[in-house]
Amino acid sequence: MEPLIQLTREPLNREALVAAVSHPSVGGIVIFEGVVRDNARNKQVRYLEYDVYAEMAEQQIRTIIAEAQRRWGVERVAVAHRFGRLEIGEASVIIVVATPHRAEALEACRYIIDTLKTTVPIWKKEVATDGEEWVEG
Amino acid sequence: MNIRIRYFASLREIVGQNEETLTLHDGATVTDVRALLLTRYPRLQPIMERSLCAVNRSYVPGETILRDGDELVFIPPMGGGCQESLLWSH
Repeated sequence: MEPLIQLTREPLNREALVAAVSHPSVGGIVIFEGVVRDNARNKQVRYLEYDVYAEMAEQQIRTIIAEAQRRWGVERVAVAHRFGRLEIGEASVIIVVATPHRAEALEACRYIIDTLKTTVPIWKKEVATDGEEWVEG
Repeated sequence: MNIRIRYFASLREIVGQNEETLTLHDGATVTDVRALLLTRYPRLQPIMERSLCAVNRSYVPGETILRDGDELVFIPPMGGGCQESLLWSH
């Protein structure tokens, strides 16, 4: 399947992403879901604000998925990232990888989230009780 | 020639706008624009030192020569993804 990539202001829909990669040939589905935590570096976080350079981010995510496909042969991948204001407990990113066997799915999923963090132009502002700052990963 | 420059995250807040059009001399490079912006917006200095650059949605080095109609974005350090992956990168 063509990779599914979503960049949206709306709440992420895990079930829809899983449904998109599901197939009778699939034996394992790995889901990584990043959620907004109420604390960071000893600060009390109130909410997060994500900014995205959407056109480039989509292109970079496509490149990352293509590399995961090359390395592990994974063919059924969905990546969704939310932007705008996110409250504590809400999902900021969901990655779903479905493969015939689990090992490839686990490794590919780990690779995608780690690489996404360093090469995809998405920024996060932490708004805490004592001020706000753009986080530099 | 004219190029379009777009601002995101901390750069957008410092500059106070989402984008602008810059008129440059032929042969101007990304580094030339960086210098121009620092003159215009001195407060960009610390973040610019840590920013990468993209032209037409691909990362490029500073010596890249700009063409009429290019879209230029300085990419400040990214903290996207999620908080958990911060731990992995340390």
